[in-house]
Amino acid sequence: MAEHYPALQVVVPLLAAPLCLFVRNGRAAWGLAVLASWTALGISLMLLSRVMSSGVISYALGGWAPPIGIEYRVDVVNAWVLVIVSTIGALVAPYALTSVEREIGARRIPLFYAAYLLCLSGLLGITITGDVFNVFVFLEISSLSAYALIALGQDRRALTSAFRYLVAGSVGATFIVIGIGLLYSMTGSLNMADLAQLLPGVWESRTVKVAYGFLAVGFCLKLALFPLHLWLPNAYTYAPSPVTAFMASTATKVAVYMLLRFFLTVFGAAFSFDVMALDRVLLPLALVAVVSMSLVAIFQVNVKRLLAYSSVAQIGYMILGLSFATVTGLTATLLHLFNHALMKGALFMAMGCVMYRVGSVHIDAMAGLGRRMPATMAAFVAGGLSLVGVPLTVGFVSKWYLILGALERGWWPVAVLVLIASLMALVYIWRVVEVAYFREFTGDQQTREAPWTLLWPTWALVALNLYFGIAAERTAGIARQAAEVLMTGIGQ
Amino acid sequence: MTAHLILSLLVPVAGSALIVLLRRNENLREAASLVTAGVLFAIVLRIYGAVSDGARPEVILAEPFPGIPIALEAEPLGVLFALIASFLWIVTTAYSIGYMRGHHEKNQTRFYFFFAFAIASVMGVAFAGNLFTLFVFYEVLSLTTFPLVTHAGTEAARRAGRVYLGILFSTSIVFQLLGIIWVYAAAGTLDFAVGGILRGNVAAGTVPVLLALFVFGIGKAAVMPFHRWLPAAMVAPTPVSALLHAVAVVKAGVFAVLKVTVYVFGIDFVAELGASNWLMWIAAATIILGSLVAFTKDNLKARLAYSTVSQLSYVVLGAMLANSLGVIGSGMHIAMHAFGKITLFFCAGAIMVGAHKSEVSQLGGLGRRMPVVFAAFLIGTLSIVGLPPTGGAWSKWFLGLGSLEAGQVGLVAVLMLSSLLSLAYLMEIPLKGFFGKPAGAGQGSGHDDHGEHGHHGAPKWSVAAIVVTATACLVLFVYPEPFYRLMTMVTGP
Repeated sequence: MAEHYPALQVVVPLLAAPLCLFVRNGRAAWGLAVLASWTALGISLMLLSRVMSSGVISYALGGWAPPIGIEYRVDVVNAWVLVIVSTIGALVAPYALTSVEREIGARRIPLFYAAYLLCLSGLLGITITGDVFNVFVFLEISSLSAYALIALGQDRRALTSAFRYLVAGSVGATFIVIGIGLLYSMTGSLNMADLAQLLPGVWESRTVKVAYGFLAVGFCLKLALFPLHLWLPNAYTYAPSPVTAFMASTATKVAVYMLLRFFLTVFGAAFSFDVMALDRVLLPLALVAVVSMSLVAIFQVNVKRLLAYSSVAQIGYMILGLSFATVTGLTATLLHLFNHALMKGALFMAMGCVMYRVGSVHIDAMAGLGRRMPATMAAFVAGGLSLVGVPLTVGFVSKWYLILGALERGWWPVAVLVLIASLMALVYIWRVVEVAYFREFTGDQQTREAPWTLLWPTWALVALNLYFGIAAERTAGIARQAAEVLMTGIGQ
Repeated sequence: MTAHLILSLLVPVAGSALIVLLRRNENLREAASLVTAGVLFAIVLRIYGAVSDGARPEVILAEPFPGIPIALEAEPLGVLFALIASFLWIVTTAYSIGYMRGHHEKNQTRFYFFFAFAIASVMGVAFAGNLFTLFVFYEVLSLTTFPLVTHAGTEAARRAGRVYLGILFSTSIVFQLLGIIWVYAAAGTLDFAVGGILRGNVAAGTVPVLLALFVFGIGKAAVMPFHRWLPAAMVAPTPVSALLHAVAVVKAGVFAVLKVTVYVFGIDFVAELGASNWLMWIAAATIILGSLVAFTKDNLKARLAYSTVSQLSYVVLGAMLANSLGVIGSGMHIAMHAFGKITLFFCAGAIMVGAHKSEVSQLGGLGRRMPVVFAAFLIGTLSIVGLPPTGGAWSKWFLGLGSLEAGQVGLVAVLMLSSLLSLAYLMEIPLKGFFGKPAGAGQGSGHDDHGEHGHHGAPKWSVAAIVVTATACLVLFVYPEPFYRLMTMVTGP
């Protein structure tokens, strides 16, 4: 059993998805989704602990040995990302029950859980596989289901947002598959480890460089790096609350992982940084993303959109860490994958609670909620402080490593910009806090605290924000180990 | 002893829980506050005993980053700060009981709850065992005092809260945190060590920059131009202004500056490089400008706030002198200014509750109705100015000596000038009180509708507190020994 964990990691949610359609009952489908999500979390935790103790796990799917067969290959890097994705999945699934019943028509609920499970298995699949074409297959599974999930939003603008995301996402996916095709034409292999051995022989070829370019654009579209982020704000704003919480915490993270995996493991850190100058391309984009998107977030009146722009800025942080091209920088990137998932998950879930009771996430709708919905708004404040990077929260840990990385390179202006951007985060979070705590409540007098079924997953994430803010030794240790693996390449 | 260190954090936190539990009964709730404050002071006294015998108890609470723990350590400077803060907390609690009831404040439970939490963070700052821990509690202190500053919940309070948090967070995040990570990147450690940790790890040219990052980054020290948060914070109830914005919070700031200068940079290292030469003059400018602004303020609390801005820079100045006498003067001034300024704020609050007057120009003749309050104000004034027979004389004395030793005669002149200025803007108040003419009816006091209600005088609890702190100012002139001894332990023989 234990040796099949890598396959089960993907297969369990993948098989649970069609079952949701068969049961046709919202609650039963929800039960399946929760069960599958928690199983996935259990498997990913076991995979991580096994990888930490005994090294890389290679799993030949169907018994076909790599490089011909499809290989699932788990090392510290993707075991870490698997844990991120499945943790969020395991908390979003129980949260969805109450939220979805309010925001989505009863008839569509089983469909929702089916799409959610497909999306989860797609993301887990991208992360775990060691085969580049397989990455593309899972990417399509996760993307198509994501378009469907977003289109389920109450607001009719959800449809156009989903369509825009579909166009942008499809362009991205096409670029990625073109890149993969070019690589295959040069090397005749689709296995990542195999490619890593073969590619240095053809580094000089223009085809490989073109493939690199196609992949870079494709990934950056998928991870919403400025200026390829235009699909993201609307998609996050109009999607149903649990979908936003899930997508914001996982989808872009997995896209960042893809980029790291392809450019550092498959092509190799030396090729990416020395030949292709990846760091020098990404650095300015990341800085612009961090500063400009934080600025844009300050002026938003829809809090979900505000958080969406903040996400684009935070993605800038992750890419910034990569652009330092050092172990410390990559540690910051990998830590922030996890930490940002925790804080954005908590914040979007808190907004889901507000949506449930008030029916709007416009900033004016928050007036007086500090007293009406104290637990919800307290969660928002805690998540917000983590986003700002106040000590004892995970946000601080990420920022610490990011600035340490910048100073190690001697780039103190970059460090200053990062700090200024975190002040901007304070401004946009505090706008909401002030409205919630200092303005009088004007809405319906019946408005009460959100139900506990929504509150406990929200607070679970808040608790993780604080726990890993104080006990960062463990997460930082794993992230550093993963960063070292990425920097040294696959052979060693 | 390590248990005492942990208790110094836990006791106020437990106290705040108790306060919430007892919220239904006002008297029990206030009793809980008083008992907590008393227990905390007893604990700090025990730590003081151990530290003055040469012990340096330490304990690690958690280790968020490899090699950078959240650790507590008691050393003389921290003990000095903790002693003052915990003792004055008892007095302030007593004072608050009179003030908050007399002033009919709302949400008193929330007030006492966050007050206790703020004290816990102050203890964390005082006993921080490394720079990281200091930063953590420093930020927690900003957050826990925010609800106290905005207690009134009005539009004015909201705006003041914005300035408060905005300046404190911007400076600490952009300058201080950058400085801390820079120190870590250079020295590979953040532990406080006698003689500093930077020697040999950083280029001489970067030391002044790094020092500036801390002096400005520790916004609670209110060095100009980052002082605006302090007058803004005066919108809070007076006990908050008294304990937090004359003692605990602002002293946490200057204490941090002093501690960083002594234990991260090392005063010899700073003095050798002359790294603080220009920062001395920034502090001197703050001293003079703060006094000048204080002159222009008719609102009593605003005047005291600018006086605090000015006085805080004495401590910063002492640290920047980077010699033993300056550091001793600095530490002594933390103590002496605390007792003097808290007395003045207590008096301001008593006048507000007892006579409903908040502007200096309205105080004429009030001294004859509230003789104790105005006499105490006079003593507080003497201490702030630095005249015998009050404790304030000692700290000015050492700061003057320190300036001379550093060869900065100009700074001695600044100290003298500032003493004169503060004498002028503070003496106006007791003089008006005792010799001025009472403001006639309807001359804009705005509280005439209170009628006889306005003449009930200051609450008894508050007057008792005022007597205690004013007496302390006098006693410290005769007996500054404990604080002096602690400071000589910091600077070495």
